[in-house]
Amino acid sequence: MKKTVFLGALTVAGLSAAVASAATLDDVKARGSLNCGVSTGLVGFAAPDANGEWAGFDVAVCRAVAAAVLGDPSAVEFVPTTGQTRFTALASGEVDMLARNTTWTFSRDNDLKFEFVGVNYYDGQGFMVPKALGVMSAKDLDGATVCIQTGTTTELNLADFFRTNNISYEPVPIETNAEAQQQYLAGACDVYTTDASGLAATRATFEAPGDHVVLPEIISKEPLGPLVRHGDHEWGDIVRWTLNAMITAEELGVNSSNLSELAAAPTNNPEINRMLGTEGELGAMLGLDADWAVSALAVGGNYGEVFETNIGENTPIGLARGLNAQWTDGGLIYSPPFR
Amino acid sequence: MSVLTDPPKPSFRLSQLLYDTRYRSITIQVIAFILIACGLWWLVANTISNLNDLGKDFNYSFLGSAAGYDINQQLIEYDSQKSHGRAALVGILNTLLVAFLGCITATIIGVIAGVLRLSKNWVVSSLMAVYVEGFRNVPLLLWIILIFAVVTESTPRPNEFRGEDPAASMILADSMAITNRGTYIPRIGFTNSMSGNEVVASQEGLVPVASGGIDWLLVIGTLIISIIVVRTLNARASRIQEATGDRPNTLWANLAVLIIPVGIVLFFLGATIVKPYLKGFNFTEGVHLRNSLIALWLALSVYTGAFIAENVRAGILAVSKGQTEAASALGLQPNRTMSLVILPQAMRVIIPPLISQYLNLTKNSSLAIAVGYMDVRATLGGITINQTGRELEGMLLLGLFYLTLSLLISGVMNVYNSRMKLTER
Repeated sequence: MKKTVFLGALTVAGLSAAVASAATLDDVKARGSLNCGVSTGLVGFAAPDANGEWAGFDVAVCRAVAAAVLGDPSAVEFVPTTGQTRFTALASGEVDMLARNTTWTFSRDNDLKFEFVGVNYYDGQGFMVPKALGVMSAKDLDGATVCIQTGTTTELNLADFFRTNNISYEPVPIETNAEAQQQYLAGACDVYTTDASGLAATRATFEAPGDHVVLPEIISKEPLGPLVRHGDHEWGDIVRWTLNAMITAEELGVNSSNLSELAAAPTNNPEINRMLGTEGELGAMLGLDADWAVSALAVGGNYGEVFETNIGENTPIGLARGLNAQWTDGGLIYSPPFR
Repeated sequence: MSVLTDPPKPSFRLSQLLYDTRYRSITIQVIAFILIACGLWWLVANTISNLNDLGKDFNYSFLGSAAGYDINQQLIEYDSQKSHGRAALVGILNTLLVAFLGCITATIIGVIAGVLRLSKNWVVSSLMAVYVEGFRNVPLLLWIILIFAVVTESTPRPNEFRGEDPAASMILADSMAITNRGTYIPRIGFTNSMSGNEVVASQEGLVPVASGGIDWLLVIGTLIISIIVVRTLNARASRIQEATGDRPNTLWANLAVLIIPVGIVLFFLGATIVKPYLKGFNFTEGVHLRNSLIALWLALSVYTGAFIAENVRAGILAVSKGQTEAASALGLQPNRTMSLVILPQAMRVIIPPLISQYLNLTKNSSLAIAVGYMDVRATLGGITINQTGRELEGMLLLGLFYLTLSLLISGVMNVYNSRMKLTER
């Protein structure tokens, strides 16, 4: 009899421990900081700057979410993750969200049980080779040694690409971008392959970027975006709409210079008003303050500003907007309306 | 008349469970058992409820689906369309390979260093002391990364072997190339292969060869039979020695039995040496010992070798000095004393800790990921888990593999240990 009571108590304890972790928003608020999984260091996307502060395109999403939820863009605990550790870190609750050049795929969404909240960078996999090799096309790479980050979609695309073109290669598996860079520069591999944006970012840190070329072939679709765990839809909505607010802000011309002015009083554009909380109850619907989007946008500005400061054409990485232009400019960046 | 009656049986009281020595130990065991069972039950229940919350189930069907990734070092046939189970097997074989190579070299290094550390020559013994203390007191991971960096950074690229006046050249009569991607050594190919594989020349002007498992089975089978014959010959020599006191010379017979049959088999299979040569981006043909394998193998060997050296030294010191003195009183030379008197007795002390060193080496081989060696931790425990999201299943399977392997190694070594024990009369 007593044993049953004891076991029953244990069951309740076990169950309550599990249920408690379901509401990520409450956890983040109680903790006072957001745990955000980022890459171990990819300049422009997520890397510590000279002062040791994390900065970059993906980091900006983390900071915007922290600002929207906690009102403080610096209340972020950045957790560097490798291609292999990122999913375990997210699934186990070590991080609340992942903003780490992660490709949205069917199996990650449904089999790994994650929820991709949107796409913040449309990318594709490319190849970088030293100019001295004289390689013009990826199809000339028969027998080459290829450095590849393990645990990524690029690893699978690579296998598929060489298989369909009936050419052979020798994969050299590596854990982080920094390691890949070192191996590639030491000539331990002929080719480095990853997302084209990652190649540009890596090449920008070389001593002589001009000695290396990115081959014309883009062999895959890599829609990169932030993701959260399945099952906590309120939290997923917060991250999704924070990203959407950044995108919509660019579309509607809200930027860091006019933000405080627009947020002070209702303007004659109702969508701006609804987003910035001067009209309607959108913040309350998310379970956040009315000025959540203002806080989020105050961090680094709108999507376009974040792009330009971190990876845009005036930075060493020098990526053009291309597919990542607003839909109004012929790109794919598009947010559902704030209504 | 007196009636004998049994003394009244004391009725059983609950407090006896604690205060009566007859019951106390049982009480404690029952309580401990219940606590452990509850702990286990709680762990399982917690896992199940958390898996439910995540919407995940627990099954191993992923092992049958296509892996989709490539593995550079494969001892059995594998490509990206093969299953995750097959990929795990490729990884397991890679783990076994490096563990096997590592155990052998670690033993050799360890025995030599252990014996030399006891040398009367001051320079030799202090060199060995430096080796032992230096290697066993620095973490293995550092050694692996250091050796990998050295072999990668200090060796030429395959490209530098090219051209009229190459910056690097092959060694040993153009048969071996040391590059920053690994060392390429010649291999044996068969022109009259029995495997059914077509005999092809990899390049114009080269001998057409094929290599098949059947050819190697044939060669190794012959070798095993030869070894059995040699053992019989030696046993017969020992019997004659015990009966007559004279040992017949078996050296030439042994050599003949070992070499001639294998030689004949190799001749009929048309064995030739296939040298590596530069083609495209890399060397091709020959055996490719990747730098990741070399670094891991060397690091595991020298690191574990340092521990084994200490075991060997302890074992030798455990044999009393009287044994040496008795041996020299009988007129045995020092090296015969070592091999006939001291080492056999020292083995009793050496083998049990040697088992745990082998186990350590095998488990430490999972540090392979540091240099990108594709062992089972990197395939099943790395990429497969990452692509399928089956962390729990993969890790349990991985744990089970290492457990089985360790039990197997210690089982085999225990058999060896019991054979090496002193036979007491």
